[in-house]
Amino acid sequence: MGLDDLVGQELTAPGEYEVSRGKVREFAAAIGEASPLCSDVEAARAAGYTDLVAPATFAVIPAFLGLGEVMGRIGAPLQRQVHGEQGFIHHRPIVAGDVLTTTATAERIRNVGGNLFVTVSCRVSDASGEPVTTARSVVVVRGEGA
Amino acid sequence: MSSFSTTYRVRRDDLVRYAGASRDFNPIHYSDRIAMAMGLPGVIAHGMLTMALAARAVGEWAGGPDRVTSFTVRFTSMVVVPDDDEGVDVVLAGEAGEPDEAGLVPVTVTATCQGEAVLGKATALVRDAPSR
Repeated sequence: MGLDDLVGQELTAPGEYEVSRGKVREFAAAIGEASPLCSDVEAARAAGYTDLVAPATFAVIPAFLGLGEVMGRIGAPLQRQVHGEQGFIHHRPIVAGDVLTTTATAERIRNVGGNLFVTVSCRVSDASGEPVTTARSVVVVRGEGA
Repeated sequence: MSSFSTTYRVRRDDLVRYAGASRDFNPIHYSDRIAMAMGLPGVIAHGMLTMALAARAVGEWAGGPDRVTSFTVRFTSMVVVPDDDEGVDVVLAGEAGEPDEAGLVPVTVTATCQGEAVLGKATALVRDAPSR
């Protein structure tokens, strides 16, 4: 399949991503996020959430599952990939217990001087199909000569 | 308070911790050998780690990580993280603008490392932002 055929095609990451309390706490600790919403279930419930609240960029985990589908089709090795841009629009915060599905669409693939600029939009939805996060990534795949 | 500034130190062990937490195992974030083979000066931080620290700073200013409803950045330069005990500082600053019609407050974020801007066009939207 050519890269032109890839553009516009919807790819759903296999399997679901279930958000665990442990992963939310681990991610929060890794970025130094000290909010009790991310570590204390009672605090999260007192704030009106069903469970621990994931930090805003936690969405990169499900988003990259979708992005990986696109990059896999392109055949780009990880170490040649450089992250150019990232955006998240949260329809609601991700919480522990969410079972997420990611559908990725390559919006645009451009070859600039031997480097591929790949723009991918990922739609992250919950178990009831409601949108949780829309993520948009630009990844640069550095050419062999780069 | 309509602006903030904060500094976070990033060391090699932070990259390892972030790689595991985020499941981003690109070797340019832990192997000098592979990073240099890719033409980089050495191991660099995940752009997403810089973005996460920036989002954390916005959330701390706004009153919680759940207040950040959107965040978009460009990765304009690299955070090169030396293999020593000191690490490197990333300076995050933000300035709030006027709320939009939905009451969301735009926050323009800058991130600098060794005097270079590592994030560009970084804008978050924040709900229930602190009043000035």
